[in-house]
Amino acid sequence: MDDKSFTVLDLLDLDLKEQNALDIRCIGGRKGLSREISVPDLNRPGLALSGFFESFAWQRLQIFGRGENAYLKKLEEEGKTETYEKLFSYPIPACIFTHNLAPGRDFFKYAEAAGCPLIQTDLPSSEFTSRILRVLSDIFAPQTSLHGVLVEVYGIGILITGDSGVGKSETALELIERGHRLVADDVVEIRCVNGSILMGQGANKVIGHHMEIRGLGIINITHLFGVGAIRDKKQIQLVCGLEEWDSEKVYDRIGTDEKTLEILGVQVPMLEIPVKPGRNIPIIIETASMNERLKKMGYHSAKEFNQNILRWLESENARAVYFNRDDYL
Amino acid sequence: MTERLVTIKNRAGIHARPAALIVQTASKFAAKIWLEKGSDKINAKSIMGIITLGASFGTPIRITADGADEEGAAAAIEALFLSRFEEE
Repeated sequence: MDDKSFTVLDLLDLDLKEQNALDIRCIGGRKGLSREISVPDLNRPGLALSGFFESFAWQRLQIFGRGENAYLKKLEEEGKTETYEKLFSYPIPACIFTHNLAPGRDFFKYAEAAGCPLIQTDLPSSEFTSRILRVLSDIFAPQTSLHGVLVEVYGIGILITGDSGVGKSETALELIERGHRLVADDVVEIRCVNGSILMGQGANKVIGHHMEIRGLGIINITHLFGVGAIRDKKQIQLVCGLEEWDSEKVYDRIGTDEKTLEILGVQVPMLEIPVKPGRNIPIIIETASMNERLKKMGYHSAKEFNQNILRWLESENARAVYFNRDDYL
Repeated sequence: MTERLVTIKNRAGIHARPAALIVQTASKFAAKIWLEKGSDKINAKSIMGIITLGASFGTPIRITADGADEEGAAAAIEALFLSRFEEE
């Protein structure tokens, strides 16, 4: 979550599709749309409605399902509005009515007066609960942004990092030309979902999928290469750090040492790729991606290779022992 | 031209890790460096070459260096063999 607070209006503005859609609309208390949602959690206000306000989790979104709504109806018939008064004395971020339900007139009146937004959804409570928790945990997930290019190569999300001018964008451009996909250029916003998955996306939808190439200026990847060449977000599974070739530095020649980079507490495999004329970086990255897939399938080229060498050396050893023995045969 | 004779002292022989170590060390020198096992002679700056040598425990290896810094190069490579490639 960035410094900017997340308000009820932001929740209504979220453009979520298909299985993530919340189907919400505001039915009252518009004054309060600027209220902040500060906790990624929900509360069923049953106990509060019955008059018990101890430990009332007012900071959370309040979900009114069929049960709560039936109880509200009963309260309204009996004219017991003091509960409403008490309820809205708390700065509740929003009351959400599921199953397309709506509260009675009195409830509306008190909500309007208190400036508490009333929100309605078509979804049943259980489905809505799981969706909104998913959405909120996404929004409240730890977040950072890194300088680099995020591309999807053979299905693996690769973050290309390196100092400016080392050729990150040019490398990405060549990868796109070769049929891979651009997720974000320059600034990659990263969210840690579920504590272990790093989702990367462009920092801004407006800037999204444009690239700056020295000598060309700003180009629009979607228009130039088509929608097949872009992707909105992708899990970061590998980091390729490009750097100018340093003859003093020792680069990995075998591939059995596994370096990782920590992003938001998650260790991501990292390769250091030295750049110099004559080294075709896009092809190296393509190969790295395929190698990463092989590793995920359980085949580690470098380790397997070394194991074979060790076995072979061992057998040579064994043979030497026999050949040197006088009583052999 | 400088020559050194060594025997492989680590049990596992020259597998990928020691080979990488040799190449790293050899690359620091300008001199041409070779490793010889029997009739095979390979460039000590090539990982795959060193591995295919199949140098197992007890194999005698001849280190040859040729160039301006050949003395240092031969000594550095020899030191690696003597230190058992920091294994065991």
